[in-house]
Amino acid sequence: MPDETDLLLRRILTDVLGLKPGQADAFDADTGLFGHLPELDSMAVAGLLTELEDRLDIMIEDDEIDGEMLETYGGLLAFAEAKRGS
Amino acid sequence: MTPSSWPCPLPGGGTCEEFALQFDAGRSVRLLVVPALFDEGNRMRRFTVEVMRRLDAAGIDSFLPDFPGCNESLQALEAQDPTDWLDAMTAAARHFNAGHVLGIRGGCLFTPQRLPAFHYAPVKAASILRQMVRARILASREAGREENREQLAQIALADGIALAGYSLGADFYRQFEPMTADDDAVIVAQDRLGGSGLWLRAEPDENAAQADALAAILASALAS
Repeated sequence: MPDETDLLLRRILTDVLGLKPGQADAFDADTGLFGHLPELDSMAVAGLLTELEDRLDIMIEDDEIDGEMLETYGGLLAFAEAKRGS
Repeated sequence: MTPSSWPCPLPGGGTCEEFALQFDAGRSVRLLVVPALFDEGNRMRRFTVEVMRRLDAAGIDSFLPDFPGCNESLQALEAQDPTDWLDAMTAAARHFNAGHVLGIRGGCLFTPQRLPAFHYAPVKAASILRQMVRARILASREAGREENREQLAQIALADGIALAGYSLGADFYRQFEPMTADDDAVIVAQDRLGGSGLWLRAEPDENAAQADALAAILASALAS
């Protein structure tokens, strides 16, 4: 049973990447994001992070953003969960 | 839909012609559309024009001018400041004889005050800048350069700054940053259109149902 952060994150990625409903359900921890999806450039990632802040009610400092957290779905989910738990 | 132009005031006096798209059949209800800004302007452009097509079908004339320094404009973006943009939209409204204005996202910051306004999904200037600064930090980091927000703000206020490919002058940055949309506009929030805002998309996208919904809200309000 996926938790709320997981569901919200899949929904945000659906909106940012323009995915069809349900397509993000196939994402697993190893699904590649930044550097793997050509449409996810720096402007799109900046938009994604701003949307994460709004919808997950978190603040993301610029120095917290690193390649590891953005590289895979699992990395981004772990970051979002840690932020919401803190 | 026809391409058109309008005389945009220059800060030092005089005018220069700027581009606009228009649906003009000389009808009585005439709507100026102030486009979304910068990167969002590109992502929202097709949606904006699709809304204008539907307004045309509903018997409403509409006009979509360029901001000086953006889109087809030959003016230098780094020479603009927000007062120039407000003056430009006021002049466009006068030229096209618009009786109402619609702002899209950041365009809501530049809807002329004398006209009754609709604001679709308005956004604060600070939010736009925050995202553009973040994009620059990410791009620089990828290129092996570390930059931080405070240092970039200092550069922006002293010399102006290029953010996400847009060269903003120091005056622009300073005056733009605190801007928020007027309170007295009719706000059309995204949830009234169904689905998520197209400005979120990494690539420009379209959505006929959302364009239908916004045009219907506007047409109904303008008919009353």
